[in-house]
Amino acid sequence: MPKQPGDIDTLKLSLWRRLTDQLATWFAIGAAVLVVVPLLAIFVYLLIKGGGSVNFAFLTQTPKPPGEMGGGMANAIVGTGLILAVASVLGVPMGIGCGIYLAEYGRGRFGDLIRFTADVLNGVPSIVIGIAVYGLIVIRQKHFSAFSGGVALGIMMIPTIARATEEMLLMVPNIVREAALGLGIPKWRTTLSITLRTASAGVITGCMLAFARVAGETAPLLFTAFGNQFWNLKLNQPTAALSLQVFTYAISPYDDWHKQAWAGALILIVMIVAAVAAVRIATSRGTLKGVS
Amino acid sequence: MSASQNEGNSSEQSETTQKPAIVMPALGQTATEREQHASSTGLQRIRKSHPRSSRIPDAAFGMLILLTAISVFAIVVFVAWELFDKSRPSLHQFGLGFFYGHEWDPVNDQYGAMPFIYGTLVSSFLALLIAVPLSIGVAVYITEMCPVRLRAIISFLVELLAAIPSVIYGLWGIFVLAPLLRQYVEPVLARTLGWTGFFSGPMYGIGMLAAGIIMAIMVIPIIASITREVLTAVPQNQREAVLALGATRWEMIRMGVLRNARIGIVGGIILGLGRALGETMAVTMVIGNRPEVSKSLFAPGYTMASVLANEFTEATGDLYLSALVEIGLALFLVTLIVNALARLLVWTITGGTTGRARA
Repeated sequence: MPKQPGDIDTLKLSLWRRLTDQLATWFAIGAAVLVVVPLLAIFVYLLIKGGGSVNFAFLTQTPKPPGEMGGGMANAIVGTGLILAVASVLGVPMGIGCGIYLAEYGRGRFGDLIRFTADVLNGVPSIVIGIAVYGLIVIRQKHFSAFSGGVALGIMMIPTIARATEEMLLMVPNIVREAALGLGIPKWRTTLSITLRTASAGVITGCMLAFARVAGETAPLLFTAFGNQFWNLKLNQPTAALSLQVFTYAISPYDDWHKQAWAGALILIVMIVAAVAAVRIATSRGTLKGVS
Repeated sequence: MSASQNEGNSSEQSETTQKPAIVMPALGQTATEREQHASSTGLQRIRKSHPRSSRIPDAAFGMLILLTAISVFAIVVFVAWELFDKSRPSLHQFGLGFFYGHEWDPVNDQYGAMPFIYGTLVSSFLALLIAVPLSIGVAVYITEMCPVRLRAIISFLVELLAAIPSVIYGLWGIFVLAPLLRQYVEPVLARTLGWTGFFSGPMYGIGMLAAGIIMAIMVIPIIASITREVLTAVPQNQREAVLALGATRWEMIRMGVLRNARIGIVGGIILGLGRALGETMAVTMVIGNRPEVSKSLFAPGYTMASVLANEFTEATGDLYLSALVEIGLALFLVTLIVNALARLLVWTITGGTTGRARA
């Protein structure tokens, strides 16, 4: 890097030029600090306020009626797991399939169209997807359900996974494909067992990023999974979710619920950060690293 | 300079990949590109030597993969259709007047979206006003100034900011940011800038200002990560050339780096705008949810996404529901246009493979 500050200091520069240079440097440093500070503030508050409220009852009980102290979010934690399972079952195969198409088949105009559509879908506000899924599933079934929540989140996972898969597959050298095809292995088998497997670390990273992104998503669940005060393990019933519960409790007027909202938020963020960190560690050794 | 170079490369690539049998590799191509070209024709030759029996499963697999790709397209079309179909009663009843009507009165079935559109625009604009200088500052710091060891840490922290769910930002906004604004920031703003009219009236903490700040924190990682990518794409010799002319570091960044990267940065900003326009939960929690058009940033407001979040499940009556869906449709179309524009800008710089939001 040819930009040692010492180099320019030896030249005789006008005061103005030296001043703007210094100002710009300090502005950039200040910006970096200002961006990192809210992040640290959020984590510190989560740890202090949430850490104090997480206890055994919180993790094992269902919510108490308003006004009563205690209770927990066990049903919401399980509900989030249920919804995310449905979302992954839908989103991961669709996303990977679409990524394979983009990398291995979609070279022409149509491929560009799909690529563009995936990017557009990535930018559609989550609440709008919630409305569409409400129209598709909830109105037809005539009640809110965990399934519809999973579908909404699954749709949101597809574009992220598709673009990550495409990028990773394109990084696999063509020699690998040639070698497989040259042995007489059919193309579908080559794609699945050779190319995709070579790129698996990056593809898994993409899936986990998509997972982390939808895990805390609340807006589409408002009119799909809806929330539930009780245990529910059925896919076609309204289901509690951690993010929904945090939202409901945060805007409620009860102090005890506020504390539980912090605790729920802490659990949520721990789940997400653990998922992202685990993948980072697991895939940092491979040759084809993840997208981030 | 860098933009035109990259453009040239990407168009060459797509030409060779579209019809590899006809187009000869151009002279300007690098060795690896020529190699790729050669091997993609090689792949086809190898496949032709396969027995015919393997073609049926191959075709089936191809169809299956094509089907998943088409379904992504179908989902977007379906979302658009669903929104249009469900908002038809409202479109029919109010026409264009829906977008400049001030009245939002479910009891008398009168619906005008103006306060929500105003709230969405003002809060997003405020968010960009705060986020753009900070994001560019961070990106410049990471790519041009930062010690190598800090680089990975800061990028990781900025990306972590994108991984925090919206609802947690909202929670933090209600219980930490809003009281902070009410007690310390807003009194100072009212005293020093109160005469402008933007900072006057009762200070709740909760309101347009809080929404703008929270949203700014949420779009910073998007703008910063794209700006960083675009800055990294600026060729090193641009920097060296400007430095060799005796420029200071800031002059080098301004003339050699930012000027070359400006289209991509604008793309990143527009992408951030797309995120801000559709942001729901955090904003709903801190904006105050009152459908009013007020000049003061201290006053509560309402956005298009928040009204959906608050009223959609409680909407009784077909026209009410339809009016809400029409707001969703407007939101969908605006974010569609904004995102399409941003992608095109970022694609011209980075050549299509990178430059997507990683949030």
